[in-house]
Order: sequence, then C-alpha cells, then structure tokens
Amino acid sequence: MGAFGRNNVTVSGREDGRPMLFVHGFGCDQQMWRYVTPEFSDTHRVVLMDHVGHGGSDHAAYDPARYATLDGYAADLVEILEELDLRDVVIVGHSVSAMIGALAAIRAPQRVGALVMVSPSPRYLDDDGYVGGFQREAIEELLDSLDANYLGWSSAMAPVIMGNAERPELGQELTSSFCRTNPDIARDFARVTFLSDNRADLARVPVPTLVLQCAEDVLAPDAVGQYVADQVADATLVRLRATGHCPNLSAPEETVAAIKAFLPRVGAGV
Amino acid sequence: MSDLPAAAERLDGDPPLHELLERDADDLYDHAPCGYLSALPDGTLVKVNTTFLRWTGLRREDLVGRRRFQELLSPGGQIYHETHYAPMLRMQGSVREIAVDIVRADGSRMPALVNSTLKQDADGNPLLVRTTVFDATERREYERELLRARQRAEESEARARVLAQTLQQSLIPPAPPAVPGIDVGAVYRPALSGEEVGGDFYDVFELPAGDWAVVIGDVCGKGAQAAAVTALARHTVRAAAIRESRPEAVLSLLNQALLRQDAPRFCTVAYARLARRPGGDVEVHFASGGHPLPILVTGTMRPRSAGRPGDLLGVMPEATAEASTLVLEPGDALVFFTDGITEARRGEEFYGDERLAAALATRREAAAQPMAQGLVDEVLAFSGGLPRDDIAVVAVRAAPAA
Repeated sequence: MGAFGRNNVTVSGREDGRPMLFVHGFGCDQQMWRYVTPEFSDTHRVVLMDHVGHGGSDHAAYDPARYATLDGYAADLVEILEELDLRDVVIVGHSVSAMIGALAAIRAPQRVGALVMVSPSPRYLDDDGYVGGFQREAIEELLDSLDANYLGWSSAMAPVIMGNAERPELGQELTSSFCRTNPDIARDFARVTFLSDNRADLARVPVPTLVLQCAEDVLAPDAVGQYVADQVADATLVRLRATGHCPNLSAPEETVAAIKAFLPRVGAGV
Repeated sequence: MSDLPAAAERLDGDPPLHELLERDADDLYDHAPCGYLSALPDGTLVKVNTTFLRWTGLRREDLVGRRRFQELLSPGGQIYHETHYAPMLRMQGSVREIAVDIVRADGSRMPALVNSTLKQDADGNPLLVRTTVFDATERREYERELLRARQRAEESEARARVLAQTLQQSLIPPAPPAVPGIDVGAVYRPALSGEEVGGDFYDVFELPAGDWAVVIGDVCGKGAQAAAVTALARHTVRAAAIRESRPEAVLSLLNQALLRQDAPRFCTVAYARLARRPGGDVEVHFASGGHPLPILVTGTMRPRSAGRPGDLLGVMPEATAEASTLVLEPGDALVFFTDGITEARRGEEFYGDERLAAALATRREAAAQPMAQGLVDEVLAFSGGLPRDDIAVVAVRAAPAA
C-alpha cells in the first residue's frame, strides 16, 4: 500500500505552498496537531501522518526489527516525502519525533529544508555529565503504566465509539481520534523512545532548526533543550511561556507564532 | 420531600437532621470517599480535599499553589501523564480510569485510579482540571496478577505453536522430492489457525528397487495424540514398504501396528508403489485402507476415481484392502487427496466429487505441482478461505514426452 496508506498520510492546505510535515510523538497520533495546522493551511501544504501502530496507520505493517531504532521511523518519513515527491519540506516533530525528524533531515537533506523540534530530547536517561531527567527505573515504571492502562484505554475510548455509532457522518474523524495506540507497539515504542541515545546525531543535522522549549517540562527539561540548540549547527532556541510537554495542545497560539516567526528566516525554498 | 417531617420526627434525639441530609457541602467535599483535587490547566493545585491528604500524608499548605498534580506521580507516571493523560484530557475534555501511582509523603506509592474533567470557558479555553482519586491498592495487585497470567498464557501459547509447527514439519515433507521420470506435486494446508498438529499427512520416498512410494493418510483427531499416530503410521509404512512390495500387505502391517497401540486410534491411508516402464509409462500399484480413492486424470477421459475401496485401519484385526494396478501414459496423472477436499463446505453445501472432477479436468494439461495447488486454491476459495479440516493433495504424473 506504500507509505501513504501505511502511515495514514493526509494532505491539505495550499497546494502550491511550502510543504510542512507534522509528526506526532509517543502516546498520540496526528490529532494532536489539530489546533496548530489550521494556522498554516492558507499558506502551506500541510502533511500529517501517524507512526505505524498509532492512530489510523496500518498496524499490520509493524515490523519489530525495522522499528527497533528511531531510524526505522525516520525512514518512514523519508519514504513519505519521496512518495509525495516533496522538496524543501519543513518537518515539525514533537517530542521523540523531533529527533525522528532530525534523523530524516540527515537521511534526506535534498528533501528537507528546515526543522522544528518541539520539546525535543536526544536522550531521556541521565548519563555521565548529561542530565536527561530520568533513571532507568522510571522507564520500567512507564512500561508498567502502559500495561496497567491497557484496560483503561479501552474504557476511555468507549464514549468515542458510542458517539461514532450515533453520528456516522463523523465516523472517520472520531474513530481516528484521541491517541488510539496498539498496546504492544506502544510498549516497543516506549522502549525505543526512552532508551535511545541520539546525541551524536545532533551535530549532523544539515538544516536550519528551531528548538521550542517549554517551561517546567519534566520530559524534556530546559537544560536538554539548551543542549540540543548547542549541538545543532544552525539552531535557534525559543523558550515558550507554555508549561508541560505539549505546547501544541496547551499553547497552540504561542507555538504557531514561534514557528511563523522562524519560517521566513529559513527561506521559502527554491 | 413530603417524607421529611416524618423522618425528622422519627429521628428525634438522633444526630441533627442537616447532617443526615448532607446539606454541608464542605463536609461532603472534604470527607468524600475519594480524593478530590482541582488544578489549573498547567497542573498547579488550587484545592485539595481532606480524604486525599489523609491517604497520602501530604499537607495542604505544601500542595495548594505550590505543586502540580503531575509532580505527585511516580517518575514513570509523570511520563505517562505528559504523553497520554494531558493530551487526552485536552483533546476530549475528560479522561477516566487511568492507573497511576501517587507518591505519599513518606515516599511510598499509592496505586490509584484517577478521573479528570476539564472545565472550559465559553470559547473552549481550559479553566480548571477536576480530578477524583480512588485508592486502587488491591485492585492493582489483582490486575497485576491478571497481567502476569496473561503473559504466561501468551508464552505457553507461543511455545505450543512452535511445538506444533516443528512437529508438523517433521511429519510433512517441506516439498516432495524430485523423482526421475515422474512429476510429483504436493500441497498440505492445515485447518484454520495451525496452532494444533493436524491429522493429515503424506510421504513420498524411494524404494530399494528404484521404485517410488506415495503415501497419503488421515489420522482421526488432532493434537498431540494424532501427531503420535501420524508419526507411527509414517514410519511403519516406510519400514513395511521395504519388506513388502504388495500395497495391501503394507496396509495390513500398518493395521497391526495401529492395533498394538494402547490408545485406540484409527486412520485412513492410501499407499501406491510407482514403477517406471520403458517409453515413459508409469505403472502404479495401489490400495486404499478406508481412504478416498485417487482420481485418474488423462488427456481425453473425464477424471474418475480409480481402484477399489478398502477397510479403515486400526479398527478390525483384519483390514481388507485390494490392490489395483494401472498404467499412467506420459501426461496422465493420478491425484491422491484427503477428505478435506471433498468435504470442504460453503454453508450446507459440500465441495463434492463433481467439483473435484471438474477442477481436475480444467487442469489436465498442468504439471503436478500447479495441478495440486490449483485444486487446493479452488477449494479454499469455495469454503471462504478458512478450511475447517486439514487438506492434503499429492498428484503424480508420468512426465510428458519431450
């Protein structure tokens, strides 16, 4: 079915606009960009996707070997850009997908023009001289949380499914909503996300990069955002007033404004 | 409300009525049988009830205006909060029955189930998050036990599947061997999921004199016992075929071996000895022990069954089978099959002998492997892709003249 169907790719916005590929992070799907993308659809071609195992992606396409590292996910991004034949793309990646976007830019510099890293972290675990914010035990606890909430997810989904039955015209939108994730794949993705170390890749990012750093983000503390900005050659660090880890949800206006201020400085492509 | 004066009368001398009617909202809030928290959209706590403080040992003055809800969670829970809880709450306005661990003042963990609702202003902007907290210590322990049980079940299921597949592969040749001058094709398709060892088997092997033997059989039942009988049948036929050249004698030895089993097991087997003759003909000596008769496919005739029926094996002390001999001229084929073919069903309808003959007639020019595969594909399509019984087909064809 190709990358388009595999990753539930949706394309909207202005047809001749500069393409922007929005990539969701761990625990969610493309719905988490719903407050952000409308602000770009008049000027840009907006491309959304779900990682395999998330949202409306083809869960059967999940291959534990391919997705054992973030590179497998980055390869998916590149395949999407190739399939749509997009160039000079702005990749906007949240959380772990900020790093996945960086890896895609390294793989396909001819297709990627700029990178926006929202709440990025190249390594979540503490290391000698590096504060990622977490000890290994926290990751094991997270995996327990995922298991413990296996049933919780299905009950959280119940109203969605009911609403869907009553309002079939919203079927597609509703059933693809709210972070539907295959539990087994979510476990794998949690491991890959929180145990990977991509610090060395930052220096190889070949495109102008915007780093958006929230206040009081336990997942990606301020020092980590600063580290990312220091390592990427052409990086701009913007500290948001927004707190937490998901400014695309909690402070969409501020997030949009920061991206809009950054884009003109990285050209409109060729 | 009309009952109230009567209630008041009845309760005269008991605790004041207003306590029984829950008119004290503060008391109702503070001593509710659940923890109750209110927080700003960023998680900063603005109100906490007494039940929550009592459960956790935390102090109101340390929480309100000072700490965020997510900071009360274990580190793993904090990640879960940031990656799942908060996004879902923002997008759907509520989340419920989320399992988290709350860290008490003494550092111990309280397993909890939490529900949250998001209070929004008229424009949909978030104002407050209201959260109820339920102590789920025992429930969580029970759920952990369920999870462990599920993991164990999945592990044993996986082991059983590997075992069944390994056993199956040892009983069914991965592909029929190349036989000089004879074109042999074979297909085996286990029923449904393939988690159990099926009862059908086939074998193709060389005999000392340069002849070849073809065996196809169907053991009653499935699973480990059926696999044991299949293995016995297969090895017995191989051994008997060396001692006996007559097909009916081979089947008789198998019958005796089956009767020596403690557990009564019966099976149907067709056995054929193939001998090449000058000019490309293949002489087939064969007999059936209760097994469906093979179908002869020639260039002109309508495909028809060949040979004589014989007794089921493993039931009676003497199983009678009569051997037949026929000659395959170059291009002719003899197709052995199990009843998974003819008894394949679509609703109440069987695939049957007529369809089988027709399917082979359209493939009379085909080589043995595509002939067998095409037949099985047609049967699978007929039964909607899900065979209820195992299917085995072995086609032998005298190699056509070059």
